[in-house]
Amino acid sequence: MSLFGRLMRDRAAAIGTLIIGVLVLVAIFAPWLAPYPEDVAAFHLTDRLQPPSAEHWFGTDRMGSDVFSRILFGARITITIAVIAVGVSVAIGVPIGLVAGYYGRFTGGVLMRTSDVFLAVPQIVLAIAIAQTLGPSVENVILALSLTYWPFWARLVYAETRALKGQTFVEAAQALGASDLRVMVLHILPNTLSAIIVRTSIGMGATILTAAALGFLGLGAPPPAPEWGRTISEAREFLPEAWWYAAAPGLAIFLVVMGFNLLGDGLRDVLDPKLRKGR
Amino acid sequence: MRRVELVLSRLVWFVPTLLGLIIVVFLISNVVPTDPARIVAGENATQAQIDALREQMGLNEPLIVQFGIYLRDLVTGDMGRSLYTQREISSDLLHRLPATLELTFAAMILAIGLGVPLGVISAIRRNSLTDQILRLLSISGLAVASFWLAMELQMYFSTRLGWTPLNGRISGFGPENITGFVVIDSILQGDWASLKSALSHLILPAITLSLPAAATLVRFTRAGVLEVVNSNFVLYETAMGFPRSLIVWKYVLRNALISTVTQIGLVFGTLFAGAVVVEAVFDWPGLGTYAVQSILQSDTKAILGFSILVGVVFIVINLLVDIVHTFIDPRVLK
Repeated sequence: MSLFGRLMRDRAAAIGTLIIGVLVLVAIFAPWLAPYPEDVAAFHLTDRLQPPSAEHWFGTDRMGSDVFSRILFGARITITIAVIAVGVSVAIGVPIGLVAGYYGRFTGGVLMRTSDVFLAVPQIVLAIAIAQTLGPSVENVILALSLTYWPFWARLVYAETRALKGQTFVEAAQALGASDLRVMVLHILPNTLSAIIVRTSIGMGATILTAAALGFLGLGAPPPAPEWGRTISEAREFLPEAWWYAAAPGLAIFLVVMGFNLLGDGLRDVLDPKLRKGR
Repeated sequence: MRRVELVLSRLVWFVPTLLGLIIVVFLISNVVPTDPARIVAGENATQAQIDALREQMGLNEPLIVQFGIYLRDLVTGDMGRSLYTQREISSDLLHRLPATLELTFAAMILAIGLGVPLGVISAIRRNSLTDQILRLLSISGLAVASFWLAMELQMYFSTRLGWTPLNGRISGFGPENITGFVVIDSILQGDWASLKSALSHLILPAITLSLPAAATLVRFTRAGVLEVVNSNFVLYETAMGFPRSLIVWKYVLRNALISTVTQIGLVFGTLFAGAVVVEAVFDWPGLGTYAVQSILQSDTKAILGFSILVGVVFIVINLLVDIVHTFIDPRVLK
């Protein structure tokens, strides 16, 4: 059976894939799906803080804008940040892990100790420090998250490479005169892909949570960007009366992170049977 | 002897890792476009006053010299003065550390108390409805944004129901400071009113913080128990007619906890980090609130001090986890 077919037989993974699919579609088609697409920037102060109704499914915010429309547009920011930040982390972490694992000893030691340094401070703390230094913007959030999260992939690929290095097929390739680069990229890397894919799915969830926390602390996209974390912090002063204002973005974050975690679990079961813990 | 070797080999890396950490954080915090001298001098200062302050604060030295001076002072425990509170940063941090540790430990106790038993139940009732629900809950627990959960809990339990205080650590003056942990100090002095106040302030932030940790522990304990339950010695004990509960809660759990203990160490780290955001919502007077304030004030040296302290706590915890690991699973020494 195809990989996708096997993945879809796992109920959790199927739900995760569905959620992520919807997220991507929403992000792409937000201008057409949103009932009030102009509300990303426009405001109608006479309609402010209206509870959910037929016209405004998730109510309106402090500016009288439609919360539902803004949530849909917020999906764009969330997915942009997560995809680029995780992409950059993978692009930095994987080669470092590969080289460190392959050359071992000194080079490996130095590279891994460098990643240890980044792991020695909690991700959220490092990301806050970097984002604050650079100033609040989506680009800086992406940069902060990329600098913060690369060691996770470096560690993972390092461990896998170390385990694979002594295998017969690697020795065979080396004996045939393959260059180090060729052995690493064509023989070792493909065998670490499963682990990388699983880690990437779960990493997307973690990155989205950290990005939302940065937005909440005012370090994300500046207003009036409909960023979910920022929306929650804006809603704070209107609680508990305007409960829908904070509930909607909070649930959006929850659903999306849940989607990536479910998919990650499913992928692990399908791709990496040796990691399949007690299923 | 292998144990001593292992610990020593980890200790050798302690100083370089810490030094690397200080360099990275120092570099990051020195890219700040704001001028600390301008902040100290105040809004009405003349350019000449600012220049004098820059000289006095050593800001005109090359970065490497500034770093050397910082390192020299750091060795003696001097992290400089906070631009914001005007106090010694090291004393600010030490003053606030107990509040964060109290919150972290409370969350840790909740997480272990919930996570480990639920993980065992989930595993021995594998694939039952209970298991399905617990697994759904544990995967949900990892997906909730803590600051959002904090706000929602505050809204229902504090604002609507009035069961718990909205924020802060204690009402009134509290007990006399002995350990810095308000709960323990209240018990030591038999001050039950303070104890009640402290616990009611502690409960919501602790629950918020513990949720993802509890979820992680459920997942790891479940996996660990399932691995052990299928091993030969359990089959043997079952054949010998040992009661099921004895097998599960004593023999299986002890073996299953190996991975869980490692996980508890890591969880402590994530709790300590998660406290930054949770503290900010509940106005908890700990390190997290201090860090967020310093960041918003561009208080470079305070951020630097905070990051170094957290880094040290992290490295020490990881070291302890490694050592504990050698005792509960001597196989790693081979």
